[in-house]
Amino acid sequence: MSTTFTTIQPQVEPALLAQMPESRPVIQLDHIHKTYTMGDVDVHALRGVSLTIREGEFVAIMGASGSGKSTTMNIIGCLDRPTRGTYILDGEDVSQMSKDERADIRCQKIGFVFQGFNLLSRTSALENVELPMLYLGVDAAQRRQRATEALAAVGLAGREQNHPNQLSGGQQQRVAVARSLVNNPALILADEPTGNLDSRTSVEVMEIFQRLNRERDITLVLVTHEPDIAQYADRVIVFKDGKIKSDYKVENKRDAAEELKNMPVIDDEDEEEDYE
Amino acid sequence: MNLLMIIRVAFRALVRNKMRAALTMLGIIIGVSAVIAMVSIGQGASASVQAQIDSIGTNLLFVSAGSQNVGGVRSGTGDTGNNVLTVDDLEAIKREVPSVSMVTPSVNTRAQLIAGNMNWNTSLQGVSEQYPDIRKWSIQSGAFFTDSDVRTAARVIVIGQTLADTLYAGGDPVGQTIRVSNLPFRVVGVMAAKGQDPQGRDQDDIAFAPYTTVQKKVLGRDRVQIAYVSAISQDATYTAQSQITELLRQRHKLTASEPDDFTVRNMTDVAEAANETSRTMTILLACIAGVSLLVGGIGIMNIMLVSVTERTREIGIRMAIGARSSAVRSQFLIESIVLSLTGGTMGIILGVGLSLAIPAMLGWPTLVSMMAIVGSVIFSAAVGIFFGYYPARKAAALDPIDALRYE
Repeated sequence: MSTTFTTIQPQVEPALLAQMPESRPVIQLDHIHKTYTMGDVDVHALRGVSLTIREGEFVAIMGASGSGKSTTMNIIGCLDRPTRGTYILDGEDVSQMSKDERADIRCQKIGFVFQGFNLLSRTSALENVELPMLYLGVDAAQRRQRATEALAAVGLAGREQNHPNQLSGGQQQRVAVARSLVNNPALILADEPTGNLDSRTSVEVMEIFQRLNRERDITLVLVTHEPDIAQYADRVIVFKDGKIKSDYKVENKRDAAEELKNMPVIDDEDEEEDYE
Repeated sequence: MNLLMIIRVAFRALVRNKMRAALTMLGIIIGVSAVIAMVSIGQGASASVQAQIDSIGTNLLFVSAGSQNVGGVRSGTGDTGNNVLTVDDLEAIKREVPSVSMVTPSVNTRAQLIAGNMNWNTSLQGVSEQYPDIRKWSIQSGAFFTDSDVRTAARVIVIGQTLADTLYAGGDPVGQTIRVSNLPFRVVGVMAAKGQDPQGRDQDDIAFAPYTTVQKKVLGRDRVQIAYVSAISQDATYTAQSQITELLRQRHKLTASEPDDFTVRNMTDVAEAANETSRTMTILLACIAGVSLLVGGIGIMNIMLVSVTERTREIGIRMAIGARSSAVRSQFLIESIVLSLTGGTMGIILGVGLSLAIPAMLGWPTLVSMMAIVGSVIFSAAVGIFFGYYPARKAAALDPIDALRYE
């Protein structure tokens, strides 16, 4: 990899938000606290987190383990509720929603991409991508059409009937990306999406994210602990001890498509062909 | 998410694990087919008993001398030494009881029948000319004796099929002479073959002569052990029974405190008793088979519990991408119902197949019971719901964050 590392300049830049007055906020966290009770001890995972992410932003959330980034991601993903504070997602206050209401919100507004791909085994790529639409109640013909389109968008046309064990790691993650965007969510939440991938495949996945973000104006929140992966985003938020340590715009944003052109095709030629 | 989609999801999940689904269903298949086969055997036995009883005639009553229960001691029917059932009594029944259509005494003895150089020991029954009508027994060749034969105590005899075959192998017995107690009897008819009774006795090993002839010329005694009475209809049997009882008590001058010195039984009671026996047997067999159905249900619960644990991650994925708890619960519940109902359907096919094969293989009569089939379907669905509910609830209660992290 011939990537030059951009020097990370830790600087809190509240002015950044003001720079984009034209786009509306997708995520608004206001003084979010999360306290877990483990036995008799209260663990304060989040201690007053406030942040706004606007439509079309590509944000990387970073931080060491225990910094509160996973908790933040669970709250942003409506998998968990804050103990205190307000969370407005796409104009809707989701902070005190019930389990079922949050399930519906996840279905309609959030696409998930996980580190371990989390595809259903022994189920074709197409059916995996159809899954979120199943819970939204989309009819079969439309499900099929939209899933096929989503797979094509991530470069997996022709692989619809393959089962996860017949796909490489990168291909599996692309199926997961297709699944995350198939319901046209307000937000795609990617939790360490490159954690299980080699460096070239990581760049490929980042290329898809950048392209979706650029072409479709999809809001992306990426949780990662790799600084060079965070450099593909527009903005980096660093967590420490349950608080935001820094929030800055990325200088010299990496362009995955450009990097791929300069990368030699190493091993997986088959995958490269499919990628067009 | 509608029910049809949940059913499809459940089906797909089962198809993904065919071997396990098949083995789980096996418990239900065996249970349901056992219930159906067992009930079929029970019902078949019951039906064949009923058919035997119907062939005897359900409007039939037995009147016998002596009481079955005198002073609390069961003494049995028949000649108790103090013979009180007379031909006059029977004439009175025939004459005075309106619900009675036909009466025949039956004066029975064992007799040695000699025809040419053949001889045979059989049951000789002295009856009236109405016997074939009362017992619904037809004549194969010749004719039954007439009332004038009875009046004149003629030496005529009608033989059963077994006797005809034994004494006159191949030949026509009608018109031949048979010697009974050194008296020549003319064979006037041969009864139609009746086969074995439910106890396996040969009903065709029998000979009939006018009761007057048997009383006067064979036994030398004026006695009646038993009489067969035909009521005008099956519904009239109970009326006939009480009217006969009343008449006989009157004729025997019994006071209110004295017990009957005769017994009147009707065939409906006998049929009831026989049915009761086979019903008990059917219930017993069905219960044993039901236990295997229960074990099959527990098997489903076991597999569903393992399945929920094993598929924790899958549940997490489904929940994360927007499945409500109720959708997850329905999926697992329906998986369990699909397992048990599919097993139930296969069990029905196997059970019905077995029920149809048993008569050929073991020679037992069977009767496929619609009730057993419907019952099995309901029961297996109930098993699916009952034993699927707990695992399904467990799946639905999972937290998506923990479920996703589960390895």
